[in-house]
Formats: sequence, C-alpha cells, structure tokens
Amino acid sequence: MTPRVRVPETGYNFAYLDEATKRMIRRALLKAVAIPGYQVPFAAREMPMPYGWGTGGVQVTAAILGRNDVLKVIDQGSDDTTNAVSIRAFFARTAGVAVTTRTRDATVIQTRHRIPEAPLAEGQVLVYQVPIPEPLRFLEPRETETRQLHALAEYGPMHVKLYEDIARHGHIATTYAYPVEVAGRYVMDPSPTPKFDNPKMDDCPALQLFGAGREKRIYAVPPYTRVRSLDFEDHPFRVQHFDRPCALCGAGDVYLDEVLTDDAGGRMFVCSDTDHCEARREAGHRGEGA
Amino acid sequence: MYVAVKGGEAAIASAHRLLAEARRGDPAVPEIGVDQIAGQLALLVDRVMTEGSLHDRDLAALALKQARGDLIEAVFLVRAYRTTLPRFGASEPLDTGAMRLARRVSATYKDLPGGQVLGPTFDYTHRLIDFALAAEGASEPAAQAEPAPDAARAPRVTDLLGQDGLIEASPPDEGAPVGDLTREPLDFPAERDLRLQALARGDEGFVLALAYSTQRGYGRTHPFVGEIRVGEVEVEFVPEELGFAVPLGRLAVTECQTVNQFHGSAAEAPRFTRGYGLAFGHSERKAMAMALVDRALRADELGEAGGAPAQDQEFVLAHCDALQATGFVEHLKLPHYVDFQAELELVRRMRAEHAEATQEAAE
Amino acid sequence: MALARGFADPVHDAQGAFRAMLDALARPGLVQALPAALAPPAPLTSELAAIALALADADAPVWLDGPLAEAPEVEEFLRFHTGARLVADPAEAAFALVADPEACPDFSAFAQGSPAYPDRSTTLVLAVRHLAAGEGLAFEGPGIRGRVRLGVAPLPAGFAARWSANHALFPRGIDLLLAAPGRVAGLPRTARLLEA
Repeated sequence: MTPRVRVPETGYNFAYLDEATKRMIRRALLKAVAIPGYQVPFAAREMPMPYGWGTGGVQVTAAILGRNDVLKVIDQGSDDTTNAVSIRAFFARTAGVAVTTRTRDATVIQTRHRIPEAPLAEGQVLVYQVPIPEPLRFLEPRETETRQLHALAEYGPMHVKLYEDIARHGHIATTYAYPVEVAGRYVMDPSPTPKFDNPKMDDCPALQLFGAGREKRIYAVPPYTRVRSLDFEDHPFRVQHFDRPCALCGAGDVYLDEVLTDDAGGRMFVCSDTDHCEARREAGHRGEGA
Repeated sequence: MYVAVKGGEAAIASAHRLLAEARRGDPAVPEIGVDQIAGQLALLVDRVMTEGSLHDRDLAALALKQARGDLIEAVFLVRAYRTTLPRFGASEPLDTGAMRLARRVSATYKDLPGGQVLGPTFDYTHRLIDFALAAEGASEPAAQAEPAPDAARAPRVTDLLGQDGLIEASPPDEGAPVGDLTREPLDFPAERDLRLQALARGDEGFVLALAYSTQRGYGRTHPFVGEIRVGEVEVEFVPEELGFAVPLGRLAVTECQTVNQFHGSAAEAPRFTRGYGLAFGHSERKAMAMALVDRALRADELGEAGGAPAQDQEFVLAHCDALQATGFVEHLKLPHYVDFQAELELVRRMRAEHAEATQEAAE
Repeated sequence: MALARGFADPVHDAQGAFRAMLDALARPGLVQALPAALAPPAPLTSELAAIALALADADAPVWLDGPLAEAPEVEEFLRFHTGARLVADPAEAAFALVADPEACPDFSAFAQGSPAYPDRSTTLVLAVRHLAAGEGLAFEGPGIRGRVRLGVAPLPAGFAARWSANHALFPRGIDLLLAAPGRVAGLPRTARLLEA
C-alpha cells in the first residue's frame, strides 16, 4: 500500500486526495486530452466542500498539482470572492503550494465563470469548475439519450434550439455557457463563462481542463485546438460589447461588472478580472472613475 | 456587501468565528456531549450513518454536534471524512436471517414462526407532548423486555413464501463483484445493486415522497410489508492472507422486505415479487420507502408499463442524493454576477430594439 | 533475490511522471522530460516502470508484451508495486507495456472504446531507444501548433498505415506513449500523420 505523505497541519494526504483517487482522476484526464471535448465519466469523490461549489475543479486541481506549482483561483474573474478565497486556502493548507493572484505567475489557474483577460501561455493549465457538463442537457434530460447524440454527432437539436431564439428574440438568447464545437467533433459546454470569453478558448496556448464533480465528468481542450462557437451564416457568433471602458483602469476590451453605487440608479462599470485591472493601474492606466 | 472588491479573506474568518459562537449557544448552559447525542438522539445518528454511508456512531454524533443539528450538513461531514478512508475490501453478505432481533413485525401474517416483536416503537404511542420529559431527572420505570425471539426460529417471511414458490426467488449470489457508485460513476441503466446503494444513501424525505407517489397511482406496485426486522447482525470478512471468514463485529440494521404485485404468464405460474430496503441502525421509515422505490424501479425488468417518476431510474438516481441536491441548490448563493451581466446586457439591447421598433411603427 | 524498489517518494514521483504524460498527450509530438530513477528488472525500463507505478492499480489492468511477460521478476515487480491485474487479453488492458515495439500486436487487438464510450480504450506505452523532436514523422491535430515532427525508433512494423487506420477510427482508438531514457512523448488518436 502506498504510504501517505502527510501534510503535518492537516493529517490528510498531499492535496487532500488519496493516491488511488488521484490515479483514477489522472487516467480520466489522459483520455480527456486524447478525445477533446468528450466528457469522460469519473468516480468523483465527496469533497469537503459542497457540490456545485467547485468540487470537480478541486479534484482536477488536486490530481495535477505538484509541490512546485503556483496556484491562482478566481471566481467571477476575481481572486478575492469568498469561494475563490476558500478554495485557494484549501490548497495552500493541504498541499502547501505557492499561491498568487497574478495570471502570468500562475502555473495552474482554477476558475469559476471567467477566463482571465491576460493571454494565457504555454505551460499553464486552466481548470474550470463545471456545474452541468452536458451541453445537450436542457434539450434532453436523459443521459442515455444525450450519450447517443454525442456518439452519433447528432447536434441538429442544438442548432434548432439556438435558431428558435433568433426567431423569437431576433438574437441567440444564450449569453453564457454558450456551446462550442471542439476540434470539429464534439459539442461541449464551456462552463457558465460569458460568451465574451469563448474566443479565448480557441487556439489557446494553455491546456484547458474541465471538472464536474456532482455530474462526475472530466473533459479537456488541448492547447492550440480549434474551438468554434456554434452559429449560423446569417447570424454569426458575436460577443457582448460594452459601450464604455472600465471606470478604474480605462480598459476597453474587457468584460465589465456593473456595480450599483447608490439607490438612485447610479452605477459604474469595472473590470471583472481584478488582477488585470490592478496590473493596468500599476502601469499607470486610469479610468474616468479612478 | 459580502463580496467586497477586497476583504473576502477577513470576512470568511469572521464568519467562522461567528459560527463557532452560534454553535456553542448560551455558555451558561452546559455543552452537549457527543455521548449524549449518540445515546439520546439515536435515531438522528442512525440517519446520519445511513445517508453518510459510514457506520460509526461516535463520528456521526460528533458531526451532528459540529453541524448544529443540521442533518444534511452532518451527512456532508461524514461523507467527506469517509472519502479519505482506505478501503480494505468488501465484507461477506450480511445474513439478516440470523439477526439478533430487537423488533420484528409482519403485515402479511397474524402470527408466524418467531412471532411478532414490537420492540421500541412509536407506532402505538399517542403523540401527546410529554411535559414530564422537560423536567430533568425524571426517570421511567425499567421496561419489561419482551422475550427476544430465537433468531434460528424466526426465518424471514420471504423465505417462508419462497419455500412454496409463491414469491420470486432472491437473485442468486453468483459471487459477482458488487457495484459501488462511490468508486465508479453511475452509468445508466444501473443494475439493482447500484440502485439499492443509491437509495440507501438517498435523502429520506425524497425517497419517502417517491414511495408515497407509487401508492397514489404514479407507478402502483401493490405492496405488503412482508417483514420489517431490526437488530444486530454479524459482519464477516475474508482476509486475502487467511482465505476464510473472520468476524469483525456486529452492526445494527433495519431491513424491510415487501411482497408485491404478482406476475405470471402462460409459461410461468403467477407469483409475488419483491422490494428491498436496508438501512443502518433503527431506520424503519427509510427502509420501507426504499423497498417501495426499489420495487418501482424494477418496472422495466418486470415488463411493467413505466413512465411514473418513481419508475424512472435516471430521474430517481440522479436526484436522490441530499448532498448533490443541497450543494447545487445552495450554490445559487455564490456570486453569479458575470453571467447576470451577460443577461442584463442582452435584455437591455433587446429592450432598446423593441423601443426603436415601437417608435418606428408609431411614426 | 530482493524485489526492486518502487518510487522513492510515491506521492511526488507519481505526480511528476503524470504531469510529463499529461503534457506529452496534450502536446503531441513534443518531447517531455520524464525523470525516472527506478531500477526495475529487465527488460522493463525505468520509464515504463515509472508510468506503470504512476497510473496502474487494481482498477486499471495491465497487459505485457512477450519479452516482459516472459520475465517473472517483471510480473512480480508490477504486481507488488501497483496491485494491478496483469491480463493476457490486450483488449482488457487499460495500459499495455511494450518492451519490443517492432513486434507490437496490431492496434486493433487492444481496447478501442465504443462510440458511446471512446475513453474505454488502451493506452500503449512503448519503450523506444530514440526519441527526438523536429525530425522524422510529421503530425497535425489538436494540441499541435501548426505541425510537428517526431523522430522515434524503433516503431511497430508498418507504423504509418497502422497509425492512420487508428486515427481514422476517431473518436475511438488507442493512444500511444513513447518512452525513451529520461524522456516521453505522446501520440493521442487525434494526431494525424502527414504523408512523407
């Protein structure tokens, strides 16, 4: 039996998971990168944080993390939201790894709902927390059915659903968790990132790994892989555009959070990616509200 | 604001301190002991063990104390602890026929070998609040125990029916490995071993409601409670190096076997079918509900018309786990402002287009 | 004879070997460092042993090619350190360890996965002598920036045709790990071999 290397502070194995569980997740990860966009079933364990709060991402991170990794954790683009703080603290405590808020300094970035604004680099791994990995789930609730649809690459119903939106609203009404086609084969859920982030997944130099704990699925997009957002010739995919720059750093090409400043309709728009915003301000950029 | 631009770390630390304080309650009142919980809130402890999939009374009691009595939170603590435990192997099948009985009732026979043993049950109590219990130190007179039946002379009701071929045979033990949904992701259609495991771990309230729905016409199975038995069974294990079974100790369990709607065809004489429920400790409601839902989930196998929620294994198995359910429902309180922003932007744009179109139409 | 040791540091050595393999399969054709300081019984190489110890266990059966299967010490070493079942049928294996790539059975003898579960396929680990980036066979596909060249020797006989047939099965198919002394490269089923 493999001896446990105990992290003295916690009494648990390095990065919490036992070695047999890590091997199981690692085997799933290797198949996930070999079949881009395909959801590999894995025996997700019960974690000390609730389902729906990042247990899949946490298990993937725990399985890949080494003692020389530098970990960044974001939620809604920010390093300082409560859940990001909690997960970062979990790994600092159970694995003793270095943590950072700087995107460029991180080797592993665990995220919920955003892809950082700063371009990712080769050698980095982006780990997504995924609530519902099945892009076809809301068209067909049954796993037995959706599995067949993927096996047959039968993605007609998904296109029909998107087109119904156009007929009804004049727009594709999906604004986040916008489905993508990976390497010309599997349709994949990018997790509930705003579709603003979808283009960053395409031809990305970093490895992208996705973990869904409650639904027990792992999937991956290798670096430099084609990731195409589903669209139509007469309604090409478009990202949201903000008609003003960040009030703090003046960035114009980023995703913004709307912050209500009073109860009289006052609001300001600031970068959702807090590290990106801080780095810009350190470099001397100023927005109108700064 | 709980998500400040900075300060999440300090906020979490304060919340933890507040929680510890709230858990302790009034310091003038003596702190509750884990042994008191284990001894006096025993049925709650049984439920935490059952849904937590871990038989450890003290740990379940401690989890309840730490969770301030929140049942699902306590199950959560036990499950997260269980996940880190090494696995040595699977025990031999429990022989519930040889149970040391504390309670045993049958609804199908007025009297039967071994007799009916009521044991400690709420069944025939009047649900009147007993204010005497609020007075400390009040002690009941010692109970006159019913004579415990001799297990050897209290065979399972389903075994009695089986002797005459009146009920389908229990599936033979072919020595095939038993599935474990905590080690292999559930795959559909799931076999009965995995379904039973999911139901045993499932939320009692959810399983109960599903069982109830089968009684109201959503997948009727015409159940009779063949038998409920509560008591201790021996657990045996075959260590690889010995090659024979050695006893590890005794577990308290509740088993329910239902006798259901009969089946037959031109080729096969009619006979009753079974539903099965098993839970740790004294967990009668859970075991009964589980047996009803187990039987309902066999609709496909028995060639019955399906379509009711309790017969739909993807629906039942994917939603019966309290931890999965509570996690995903409660995750809605995590920030979602990035996605909400995306929706806001779209609705604003569509409203602007709508206003433009209305104006154009008016001009 | 004393049994050869396993990982000196089971947790971190396994993690290091896994990350090398993950990078190898995520970046097909690039050569990754695989530090493996094991001294397993011949003909099991240190790298094959490291990969097996990092990933094989009771839930992941292993198939051994002729030269490995004929060495009882190899079986003993793997059984003791991994607890994995050693299977005679290559179609049952999660991992196949191949000491003699030239004599490797046809890829179709291994598990290919099914259309619904393409992940249920064998990963073949070949012990090679030569492994160098920037020369030899040219590949395109996910994980590859433009195209990549990988020089490998020895390879299974008739490799080009066999690999193209495997690629054509996508999403089914086997995946390859190529392990030379201190190095590893990967060829997942997605890697498309270009005409010479």
